[in-house]
Amino acid sequence: MQAYPDQFDPGTFAEWALTRAHPGWLGLQYRAHGDDWCELELPWRADLVGDEAMPVLASGPIVSLLDMAAGMAIWVSARAFRPVATLDLRVDYLRPSREHAPVCARVTCYRRTRTAAFVRGSAHDGDPADPVAQAAGVFMMLDPHRMVPA
Amino acid sequence: MTEYLTAYARSLGVVVSEDTPGCPPLLSLPFAHELEGRPGAWHGGAIAGLLETAGYAALRSALAELGRAPLLKPVNVTVQYLSAGRPRESHARGRIVRLGRRNANLSIEAWQDDPQRPIASAVMNVLMVERDGAD
Repeated sequence: MQAYPDQFDPGTFAEWALTRAHPGWLGLQYRAHGDDWCELELPWRADLVGDEAMPVLASGPIVSLLDMAAGMAIWVSARAFRPVATLDLRVDYLRPSREHAPVCARVTCYRRTRTAAFVRGSAHDGDPADPVAQAAGVFMMLDPHRMVPA
Repeated sequence: MTEYLTAYARSLGVVVSEDTPGCPPLLSLPFAHELEGRPGAWHGGAIAGLLETAGYAALRSALAELGRAPLLKPVNVTVQYLSAGRPRESHARGRIVRLGRRNANLSIEAWQDDPQRPIASAVMNVLMVERDGAD
């Protein structure tokens, strides 16, 4: 049984969560947050390219970026860390990002129930008004007491 | 042989484990700490990366058999997460639902031990642009 603190500070959380595992491998950086949103950045890296013709970030790492920003948006909105699992995530790729450009995602948790959290957000490469991708998703709030050990 | 893996897919650790004519390639991704989300579970983004890569591989394979090698541009992807990915190897195979001249619709499933029990599925739309600029 594990207790989760009743506060959520994304900056402090990022020092741990964004430096390990998949987010750490991608090099995700915490940028900003509000009452119900969180913004993360994915730096450009040659080995994350998805198109042989252009040095732009692949769609896969952008999904990871949006997924992680969504999780953190849920926790800032809930003001607490609770384990969550992505149930459904849709991403529309509006245009390729600029060459060698990092991509920034801002995701909002616009509705939470006891068991589900609804998120939407977008990713941009410099100008939030001209996004590269748009996302919508649903996460399940997991009961830490019922989680199956790996 | 058709190259199915992008720099991102190779970096993630995806390998082509089966590629037989007339059948979409089978891709596999051994578990690694770099793919973990919650401790003990795959990160949703890493699973999405495997699914998208399997979708592109299915499409490239079918296009190669038709003598086509256009640039592929993602339009969108919708991923359904069906159960937690346990810390072991995952596999994925895509299926072409509809292949047009400019657009392809793909359906992909990922599983671990049993193909009948997928851990995630995805649908994707991909735009195809001919390299000679004719499109």
